[in-house]
Formats: sequence, C-alpha cells, structure tokens
Amino acid sequence: MQQSNGYIITFSVILTVVLGLLLSGTSELLGPIQKKAEELDTKKQILGAVMAAEELNRMESEQVINYYETRISSKVVNINGEEVEQDEEGNQLVAENVNIAKNYKRSPEDRLYPVFIYHAEGNEEDVQSIILPVYGNGLWDEIWGYVALQTDLNTIEGVTFAHAAETPGLGARITSGDVQARYRGKEIFNEAGELEAVRMQKGEGKDYSADPHKVDGLSGATITAEGVNKMLERYLSHYKSYLERKRTGDAPVALN
Amino acid sequence: MSTETAEVKKPSEALLSKRRKKLISDPLVDDNPITIQVLGICSALAVTTQMQPTMVMALSVIFVMVMANLTISLMRNTIPSRVRIIVQLAIVASLVTLVNEVLKAFAFDMYKELSVFIGLIITNCIVMGRLEAFALGNKPYDSILDGFGSALGYSWIILAVAFFRELWGSGSVFGYPVFDNISGLFGDDFSLATNGLMVSPVGAFIILGLIIWVQRTKTGYVEH
Repeated sequence: MQQSNGYIITFSVILTVVLGLLLSGTSELLGPIQKKAEELDTKKQILGAVMAAEELNRMESEQVINYYETRISSKVVNINGEEVEQDEEGNQLVAENVNIAKNYKRSPEDRLYPVFIYHAEGNEEDVQSIILPVYGNGLWDEIWGYVALQTDLNTIEGVTFAHAAETPGLGARITSGDVQARYRGKEIFNEAGELEAVRMQKGEGKDYSADPHKVDGLSGATITAEGVNKMLERYLSHYKSYLERKRTGDAPVALN
Repeated sequence: MSTETAEVKKPSEALLSKRRKKLISDPLVDDNPITIQVLGICSALAVTTQMQPTMVMALSVIFVMVMANLTISLMRNTIPSRVRIIVQLAIVASLVTLVNEVLKAFAFDMYKELSVFIGLIITNCIVMGRLEAFALGNKPYDSILDGFGSALGYSWIILAVAFFRELWGSGSVFGYPVFDNISGLFGDDFSLATNGLMVSPVGAFIILGLIIWVQRTKTGYVEH
C-alpha cells in the first residue's frame, strides 16, 4: 500500500504529538516522586559515610529521612573556608541542593563546598563527625563519595564511594563495604601538619595498617584507584582552609 | 473480543489454541531469540553479572515487547509503509522512556544501575525484529502472545546466564551468599574461591556458548 505524502506527514505529526504528550505527562506526574527518590539517595550516601551499609539498608525511607533530620546539619563554605549563605543571585543556599558535579565544572576558587555535620541527636553543638563530599573521574566516568572525619579533623571515620560506570568486579568495587573499610582510622594530615591525604597503593593484598596515609589497592583497577586518590587529594585540599579554621576554633562568616 | 460476532463468521479460535500456544512456546527453545536467532547478545552480556538487575531487565523487556507489539498491531493498517521503521522506533523509544521514568521514581537503586541498559532496549534487535516480522501483519491478541513468548525466551536465557555468573563470579544468588554458607558447613579452613572471569563479559560468552551447545545437542538444530 503506497500512501500519499500528505497522509504520511499527517500521520507523523499526530504520532509525534500523541507520544510527546504521553511522555511529558508521565514526566510531570512522576517528577515529584523522582525528586524525592533522588534526595533520599543523596541522604543515604551522606549517612553511609558514618553508618554501616547493612544498618542503613534495614531502615525504611521514612526512618532515613527522620534520622537525617535529627542527626545531620549542613552548611556551605567557599575555598577559603568561609561560610556562604547566599548564591550569586541572592537565593538562600541549601547544602543538600548544591550540585557537586555542576560545581566541579567551575574553577576550584569559584566552587561551593557543602559540609555536613553529624551530631548527637537533637544537639547541634555535640559534633561527632564532619562529612565532606568529594568528586572526580574514574576510568570510564565520574566517581564521587563522602568522607567523614572525626572531631580531630584528621582521622577518617568512614568513607563511601559511588560511581557511574566503573567496570563491574574491578573498579566498581570502590562501592563495596570492605574496600571502604580500609580507609577507617587513616589520617589526612601528616605529623608536620601538612595535608597528605590517603592514597590507594598499586596491587592488592598487602598490609598497610602501620601507615596512616596508605591503603591497600584494587587489583586490576589501577586507574580507578588513581582516580579515587586524586579525588580525595583535590577535595581535601579544597576543604583545607575550612578544616584549619575549624581547628583553630573560629568559625567565620563571609561578609558578602 | 466478543464471541457473538465471531460466531456469525466462523467458530472463534480458543483463547489458547494450539497455534497460539506455539506462538509462546516456540521462542522458548526451538526458535529462541538469543540461542537460535543470536539476537540481543549485547544486553545479555552487559546486565547478567547479577540476578537482581537481570530480573528487572527481563521484566522491562517483557513489558516493552508486549506493549510495542500490541500498539503496532493495533495501528498496523494505518502505518504508512514508507515510514514504518521510524514509527516502530518512536513507539519503542517512548515505551522504554516510560519504563526508565517509572524505575527512577519507584526503584531508584535499580535505576542507577540499569538506566544505561534500559535505554539500550530500544536497540535490542529482538524488539524491532518481532514488530517488523509479526506485529505488522497480525491481530493484536496474537501479537501480544508473540511478544510475550519472544521476551520470555530472551528472559530465561539471560536469567540462566546471570545465575551461573553470579554464583561462580560472586559466590551468591540474588545477593544471598551461597559460597560463604557452604564454606561455613565445612569449618574455617575450607573456602570456595570465586572466579573473576565470570564477572567480566567473557564469562557471559562462555556460559552462553555452553547453553547453546547443550541446547543444540538436544534439539539437533543445525545452522544452514
């Protein structure tokens, strides 16, 4: 059957409109639910730096949100460690809504750096650890994570890493609990007080428990491990001023 | 389908007549999309490292194929033949986007893991192949059965591959640590090693090859 051009064009237009309406309708309908799911995911990742994954998985979404609200407070700082309350357009900044990936595209001096503070239930003064987001490149695509520091602002309480497309079974192992556990108790500043971060070593199966700046590597995923190293080094250095200010005890607010 | 009108013309076909059963059962073994037609290999390799995402992928493919076959079959007399491929593509792409959106809203963890592959259902040759070969020339109900059968044929193969890959590669099934539990029975000194090869795509090729071998030995199928 050979149809006229007019028929084909009309058919295509109708089809496009119908499918377009269907898809935009669904997106509109599901949008709020998706946004909630995304926020929950971020909160879970942040909490993952200070909590065991099994414990977190047992919790219902409501419980996670409740726990997050009573235990985490947040703020945004700039490269100099000064607290920033408003963005360029004068809108109130919320640390949870700061998009790390988008900020990564700017130069480090212009980025916004969220800080999440894990405190005792209902008491924001009783800080238990400081959680800092990190972001960088793995082998195939972006990798990111959260590093929780103890109150000495030096010892790592825990880390959580995530990735977009690392190789399953190799680089993707950065998300596994036993790899992340290797960072626990490591230190980011050396004895002279300089930032040294923590580096994953090449090869796997060696014992680095004596060295506070080294962790066992990922066999077969050297580039991903290197990406993790760079990510930690860079972001910890970006947060260095904040950590140093916090250490000396003054908590300055930027004068905008 | 109302039986009254059908009775006037000719006795209506049973809801699951022999011919219709064949529409579902044929693609399971004798005309399996993966092992016989060798279609849809790319996703069979990519998603099958673990059972759970494979299950979600299988369900998504079943949904997309049934719905696409139904839609195309309903429209088959109005689709202009010169633009039929792009029409099929538009329908499949819309359905896939729907699946992706729904996963993002209700199963965010799965969405993070699978969204790349879900998008690739569009290019899964099985879907387009069935639309072109069957749904364009058959009634809606038959087309649903055909889509369901082909999708099921695809699903059981990827689930079988995923079962062996997860068992040997990660020592678990659906995340349940089988190897650890078996080792536990024999005391501390006994442990089962996992095979890293199974986690990489190569493992899928090996398992798939073995399945095809076993199947062809049994059915006596020879490629001409």
